[in-house]
Amino acid sequence: MLAETFDLLLSVPFWVAVLRIATPLILGTLGVLLCERAGVLNLGIEGVMVAGAFAGWLAVYHGAGLWWGVLAAAAVGAAFGLLHGLLTVTLSLSQHVSGLGITLFATSIASYAYRVSFPKVDSPPTIQPFAEMTWLPIPILNAQTPLTLLALLLVPLIGYVLYRTPVGLAVRMVGENPAAAEGQGLSVARVRIGAIVAGSALMGVAGAFLTLAAFNAFYFNMVNGRGWVCVALVVFASWRPGKALLGAVLFALFDALQLRLQQSGSGLFGMAVPYQVYLMLPYLLSIAALIVMARRAAYPQALMKPYRKGER
Amino acid sequence: MHLERRAQTSRALQLAAPLIAIAFTLAVSSLLVLWAGAPVGQAYALLIEGGFGSRFAWGETLTRATPLILTGLAAAVAFRARLFNIGAEGQLYVGALAAVAVGGLHGGSGFELSPWLLFPLMMVAAALAGALLLLGPALMKSRLGVDEVVTTLLLNFIVLLFVSMMLDGPMKDPTAMGWPQSVALQDALQLGKLIERSRVHTGLLGALVLAVLLWALLKFTTTGFQIRAVGANARASAFAGMPVGWVTVKVALLSGALAGLAGAIEVAGRTGYLTLDMSPGYGYSGIVIAMLAALNPLGVVAAAIFVAGILVGADSMSRAVNVPTYIADVIVSVSLLSMLVATLFAQYRVVFNRRASHAG
Amino acid sequence: MTPALALTGITKRFGSLVANDAISLTLAQGEVLALLGENGAGKSTLVSILFGHYRADEGTVEVFGQPLPPGQPKAALAAGIGMVHQHFTLADNLSVLDNVLLGTEPLWLPFSRRREARAALVDTAQRFGLQVDPDARVAELSVGERQRVEILKALVSVGQRKGARILILDEPTAVLTPAEAESLFATLQQLVAQGLGVIFISHKLDEVLRVSHRIAVLRGGKLVATLPAAEADKAMLAELMVGRRVEMPRREPDAAVPQAEVCTLRGATVRGANGRAVLDGVSLSLHAGEIVAIAGVAGNGQQALAELLFGLRELDAGELMLQGRAMPARASAWMQAGVARIPEDRHAVGVVGDLPVWENAVLERFATPAFSKLGVIKRGAARQHAQSLIERYDVRGTQSAGVDTPTRALSGGNMQKLILGRALMADGEKAPVLIVADQPTWGLDIGAVAYVHRQLLDACAKGSAVLLISEDLDEIFALADRIAVMHHGHLSEAKPAAQWTLTDIGLAMTGEAVHAP
Repeated sequence: MLAETFDLLLSVPFWVAVLRIATPLILGTLGVLLCERAGVLNLGIEGVMVAGAFAGWLAVYHGAGLWWGVLAAAAVGAAFGLLHGLLTVTLSLSQHVSGLGITLFATSIASYAYRVSFPKVDSPPTIQPFAEMTWLPIPILNAQTPLTLLALLLVPLIGYVLYRTPVGLAVRMVGENPAAAEGQGLSVARVRIGAIVAGSALMGVAGAFLTLAAFNAFYFNMVNGRGWVCVALVVFASWRPGKALLGAVLFALFDALQLRLQQSGSGLFGMAVPYQVYLMLPYLLSIAALIVMARRAAYPQALMKPYRKGER
Repeated sequence: MHLERRAQTSRALQLAAPLIAIAFTLAVSSLLVLWAGAPVGQAYALLIEGGFGSRFAWGETLTRATPLILTGLAAAVAFRARLFNIGAEGQLYVGALAAVAVGGLHGGSGFELSPWLLFPLMMVAAALAGALLLLGPALMKSRLGVDEVVTTLLLNFIVLLFVSMMLDGPMKDPTAMGWPQSVALQDALQLGKLIERSRVHTGLLGALVLAVLLWALLKFTTTGFQIRAVGANARASAFAGMPVGWVTVKVALLSGALAGLAGAIEVAGRTGYLTLDMSPGYGYSGIVIAMLAALNPLGVVAAAIFVAGILVGADSMSRAVNVPTYIADVIVSVSLLSMLVATLFAQYRVVFNRRASHAG
Repeated sequence: MTPALALTGITKRFGSLVANDAISLTLAQGEVLALLGENGAGKSTLVSILFGHYRADEGTVEVFGQPLPPGQPKAALAAGIGMVHQHFTLADNLSVLDNVLLGTEPLWLPFSRRREARAALVDTAQRFGLQVDPDARVAELSVGERQRVEILKALVSVGQRKGARILILDEPTAVLTPAEAESLFATLQQLVAQGLGVIFISHKLDEVLRVSHRIAVLRGGKLVATLPAAEADKAMLAELMVGRRVEMPRREPDAAVPQAEVCTLRGATVRGANGRAVLDGVSLSLHAGEIVAIAGVAGNGQQALAELLFGLRELDAGELMLQGRAMPARASAWMQAGVARIPEDRHAVGVVGDLPVWENAVLERFATPAFSKLGVIKRGAARQHAQSLIERYDVRGTQSAGVDTPTRALSGGNMQKLILGRALMADGEKAPVLIVADQPTWGLDIGAVAYVHRQLLDACAKGSAVLLISEDLDEIFALADRIAVMHHGHLSEAKPAAQWTLTDIGLAMTGEAVHAP
């Protein structure tokens, strides 16, 4: 079995699958990272991914170009982000409850919209998804869709913005010490809401990847907990974009591995294992990652603490 | 513009908050109904009738409300102690699994115990299973500082897969024509009907009793006091000598047990056997119900009946008119968010800064 | 010469409370103006208005002759007003340079001019004689160093931010050793020599008299006096601040008659999370009827010492005995043994704000037979206890809802009285065996401070041993029989108060001449 795994790790198609599985995780984790760096927990990600998947797919189904679909998904994500921002920043409501409420709201509204638009279909109508970038001379990447390239490019871009630009510094500061930001003339509310909107737009795009690249139609339950995995991955990544990429790829690696193990039928160390065990592994891994990182977590100091201007 | 705390919490607004929330929710969902092309008035009438309009409707609503009360209580007690238990769904399923494992293995495994003994054992097993499932994340939080929201959420997925595995394998009912479901509980172990010619079972009584007990616990007992204090300010409670870690564990056991019982009662009262789709998200709905009830156990009963009525009514409405059932979840989530906003304004007031420099 | 600042008729109301009442004030260039007043007198409000956190309801502010647009911190910064807050507004996880850079460049810029900022920072630091390492992480700096960063943040000209020409310092010496405070005063002299105007907010009369040119006294929202420092003295200022003569309770010298030893620490060592000793070989003995004060700047181990005696922490080495018995690290055991505990942070640790007053009154003892039976709380007994506590200890703020008043609605002073009553009334009329008071008068107005001191002295007269941890040297000298100084986890010998001078204590606080017994 070890030899088999070794072979697997050296095969190109395997890594192609890994990158593909990792893409929505990269995008989603970057989205959560932006929100949490600004000090706000956004548990709406699961719902926003569903809504983004639906919105992107719907736009393309109605004839829009694929990138317009991506834009639609980002816009929908941003809209839910704005709602979350208004509830948690302007009104200082519980970040946990607002996020969970938005997940429920976004999921149910997307499902509702889908049913209203397609009341009588048994199998979801399909669209023509993103084509692989066969024109690229780089192996593994040339079997990916442009959204994966986008995700990979966003990692250094967001890193640059966070650490080398004034707006990035502002975002980091409102997540560490909002009073400091306020004292320097910044509006904590505006920066936080901006970060949440941007992060949620990314979450929407993460969802769109599922319907516009990975698959070609919208299914109920297609997000299936990926949003929550992203929340765990952000902790694993210590809120740094580079580590977020690493975490997403590691997770995707194990996910791809268990898919292959399932398919190959040779079982785990020769034992026949029910397929459910394989499916459990990614979630167990996420919990393990959280435990491992818990001790060393360098939390943004103002995370989950609402900031009320002028209240003493 | 920003918020300013009122000198005195406005009683009027506090009482009006749920009404304002409901009104806003109805407005939003009317738009959705219109979008589906159905007549708004008729749709609402059907919704209310379907949920509360007839004896049958009430029967369905109360049946639905039974597990919701329990998951609502589970969420309420946990959230009171700032333990954000999002895992009620998983705890419900392990509870059902444990109940069926203990009580359903008749005729095959030789549990020759009388139903009078077996039934309580079933319930205890269910409560224990739910409690232990939540204990893990609770300990991870108090010892390691791992946020329990994500751990309990991820456990839900793991548990569902585990139950699926069990139902495909060791606990499969061989007579069920290939469907993954457990062996049915014998009649003697199932809960009797509370109301004739309806699906309402005595589990509802159990749920109501537990709600009252939880309310009494929180208000009158030392344990309840600890739970409230630790939830409100863990540091001050630790200073005052309260064993905060132990209180968190107690809360986790209690909350998990309630959710586990929800699963057991569903199996014993409504379905008779365990399937994968037994719970359409009762665990998650419980959270919403707890928030609607402002974490008050007695309020949970009212909120659970409300939500159950909406869910049942939406089902019936969608059969009659072309409005998808998902509107129920939309209604529930919008009422949650608008309820939060409405109660906020009972405590805070909006202050707009006039841009014109009126005397500085 | 145009005054740096001119306030005219500033009024600010919060609901029915008039925080500032028609205040008119000027600050000249090159002047240090002290703003004096009790907690709640309106100093913070006034300064927040200057800085744009609040908008005044009436009145105007002029900076160097130009009217200041209200309610905008950006406008205040642009006009040259810089503020150093009491609670530092620095992000611990970021570097000094990052903290200074924040807000100085427009947010849409895709790059940051770090090199220029670094050069400007170093330059300004040298100009005012302040040492700083731009790349140091703030979390690793000492308190004095952090304050320097705060001052530099206000003074430096970076990006589109012009350095401040008016500096407001809010209780800057609250967290400094006497030596660091001296250093600050020297810096202030440098600032005014270069033409800056400084507003110095404080309640410490000695410092105010030393460092300021003029003094403005606020009381109850009104400006009651403005006078040159040369014409003022402590008694006059105290009376102006409070509006009446204040009798501060003082310990009678030689009042302590050596009595039974109540609590002993021998070689006590407590290690922090990183293995380093937070308390290092501390030895101390407390006797009944005596007040021992621990002086020292916060962060030198006082918290660990307090936690040991609160029953919240374990010893890593050494001995801790109460009345001859070794004690477990369990708060309930300490309370049962008759220890009255007053924590440092009344809001965060002393009470559970969301609970009503009566539940907080029995917070420590609700599980005892007096207030519960078989797991059920005896509400009647508890509420009665709370009622008598409120009356005995003059806890105000409960007129409308009585013992059901949410505790967070109480003012700081009343909250402290509640905590005091809870601690002292634990055993009916008997005085506690030991009272551990950690910064008991922090943030309280003079009336409440006098009350707390009176209670401590009374308890001591009845035979309690009192351990007072305080950063307020005035308080220490007023109350203590013996004084020990804490520095970097080491405790000096606890000498009688008469044998300490201010200089000695100052030296001990900085670690010189600390005798470890």
